[in-house]
Amino acid sequence: MNLKTILTGATLALGVAVSAQANEVVKAGFIYVGVPGDGGWTYEHDQSRQAVEAYFGDEVETTYVESVPEGPDAERVMTQMALTGVDIIFTTSFGYMEATNNVAAKFPNVKFEHATGFMRNTPNVSTYSARFYEGRAVIGTIAGRMTKSNKIGYIGSFPIPEVIRGINSSYLSAKKVNPDVEMKVVWVYTWFDPAKEADAAQALIDDGVDVILQHTDSTAPLAKAADAGGVIGFGQASDMAAYAPAPRVSSIIDNWAPYYIQRVQDVMDGTWESTDTWDGISTGMVKIGDITDAVPADVKAEAMDLIAQMKAGTFSPFTGPINKQDGSVWLADGEVADDGTLAGMNFYVEGIVGDIPN
Amino acid sequence: MIRLEKRPQPSKLWIALTPVLAVIATMIAGGILFAMLGKPPVEAIRTIFWDPLFSEQFAAYSRPQLLIKAGPLILIAIGLSLGFRAGIWNIGAEGQYIMGAIFGAAVGLAFYPMEAFYIFPLMVIAGAFGGWLWAMIPALLRTKFNTNEILVSLLLVYVAEFLLQSMALGALRNPDNSGFPGSRNLSQYASASNPELFTGTGIHWGVLTAFIAVIGAYILLSRHILGFQIRLTGQSERAARFASVNPKRLVIFCLGISGLLAGLAGMFEVSGPSGQISIDFNAGYGFTAIIVAFLGRLNPVGILLAGILMALTYVGGELAQIMLGLPAAAIQIFQGMLLFFLLALDVLSNFRIRFRKGGIA
Repeated sequence: MNLKTILTGATLALGVAVSAQANEVVKAGFIYVGVPGDGGWTYEHDQSRQAVEAYFGDEVETTYVESVPEGPDAERVMTQMALTGVDIIFTTSFGYMEATNNVAAKFPNVKFEHATGFMRNTPNVSTYSARFYEGRAVIGTIAGRMTKSNKIGYIGSFPIPEVIRGINSSYLSAKKVNPDVEMKVVWVYTWFDPAKEADAAQALIDDGVDVILQHTDSTAPLAKAADAGGVIGFGQASDMAAYAPAPRVSSIIDNWAPYYIQRVQDVMDGTWESTDTWDGISTGMVKIGDITDAVPADVKAEAMDLIAQMKAGTFSPFTGPINKQDGSVWLADGEVADDGTLAGMNFYVEGIVGDIPN
Repeated sequence: MIRLEKRPQPSKLWIALTPVLAVIATMIAGGILFAMLGKPPVEAIRTIFWDPLFSEQFAAYSRPQLLIKAGPLILIAIGLSLGFRAGIWNIGAEGQYIMGAIFGAAVGLAFYPMEAFYIFPLMVIAGAFGGWLWAMIPALLRTKFNTNEILVSLLLVYVAEFLLQSMALGALRNPDNSGFPGSRNLSQYASASNPELFTGTGIHWGVLTAFIAVIGAYILLSRHILGFQIRLTGQSERAARFASVNPKRLVIFCLGISGLLAGLAGMFEVSGPSGQISIDFNAGYGFTAIIVAFLGRLNPVGILLAGILMALTYVGGELAQIMLGLPAAAIQIFQGMLLFFLLALDVLSNFRIRFRKGGIA
């Protein structure tokens, strides 16, 4: 009976593989860490999934599973998804890294795309992420110009390179336009928890902060800023336009749609290859949401100019001279940080007070 | 009019029958829910309950997965059920599960990269100790200061979560991981790994331990004086005191054993299916196990079946999301219905329903 089951399974698997080649429909699966209704991270991934459907119409089928915990559950969901005969799976959270690679090793004919990771153990795994720090430079500039108390608050999620890079980038840009600026970082150890984020925002406001930046996905900090009055913030991951024109004066938007469409196209054309993509403002993977009229025209112009420079590739937020927090030299005058250092960034730049917790 | 009449003894027949009825009622109500969401109800129910077990396409993979998912649920629920029977409410198994994982992983990682046969047994002991230690806090606070173990054990879950995050980012972080959180992968370190013992079955040391715990609990409850004391205390604390049961000793024992088993579950998970300490290593097993304990009527064999049924709704629920596009929330409602109907139908075991004409108020 066992042998029979195995043989039937094998025939079936073969059948699925052949039929995927034969008919034109490409099946794309998505694994979400949250729910599309989070208004932030998962929302943008789901919008981009819908964009794939809209772009290809009947030539593509998409499916997704939401609220998948990182770890063994993720591995099971990915395996089951691969068994249903999908052609490409996008796994949209850093914590899916090991699971993605484990499952990819078992399904060489399925393509895997892992967001924000760096592990590509088999030739059917690609990684992709966005240079969110370019967006941080823009909102950091606005923050530095707009603050009256010279205190900027930052709600950090987890002290990992991605988040530390964002803090450094926005601090450097704010400092450039306002040498008196101070950055206060609060760690909430979550990506999405409206209650904790609101508490953190309140603590920062009580501390005299009048601009709040966040690396968490809910709109709770903006709601707190609205209650407090005279405090501004920025949309994170998604536009969060419901809080415009103030407190939300602009936003950093993740725009995965062009990438997803391209990768699905590659699967259709048979040209898909394992790659490591790290795109920013220049390709549109990172977008800056509408800068509202709450921002003075000259500040807006300055921000737009910065966006234009990054679009043209003539400016990087991490251009020397920059010292590390301990005063040692990191980048000499005119030197631009390499991607390797940025990817593993685990130190503050000079001027930021406090330690990175561990 | 309908009147409920208390039975002198809970009906044995109905106790056995209500879980089956609850599952059927859940299927009907769930089917209606799925139909209202515009999904084919019969196909959805089939995808959840049938496909993971018997579908040619999935079963070979998902059957072992059921055991992997059910193992920790059963192990934790068995420990919880002992206390619940005696009216000792350990709500913090999630925290004890985390501590077991941290202690077990820490011992394993301390030996890295040495290979030796005694590393895994030491990790097992450390994991059990970690869970036991975390449960001793509410146990001692209750016996010494009469604090409420429900609150203390629950709040300690959040403390354990912070410790977990701190470990993933600090002391246990993989130094070769360029600043990213998470420990080394224990499942790739032979001496510290908890592998699948029989290929294709999903059975690892944790699943085996869960089976042993079921048998152990069954013997304890039916044959051992301690089991008698637990059952007696649950039925009447006063009577138990007359029978010279030491309530403090019982609190220490029940919280200790449930913490120990939850710690073991965490340790087997971190060295096996999960493989590493990460920021959100815990996936709610400690809380879901409370449902499993009640779904299994606090009975060891019942818990075994309930654990597998619960695992089935998870694995099948994921399939239903992939195949039919059901939202995750609908699956959660479906799981909630299962417990709801079971508790609601419980009334039939404890009460007789009498139909009467006219109204005597």
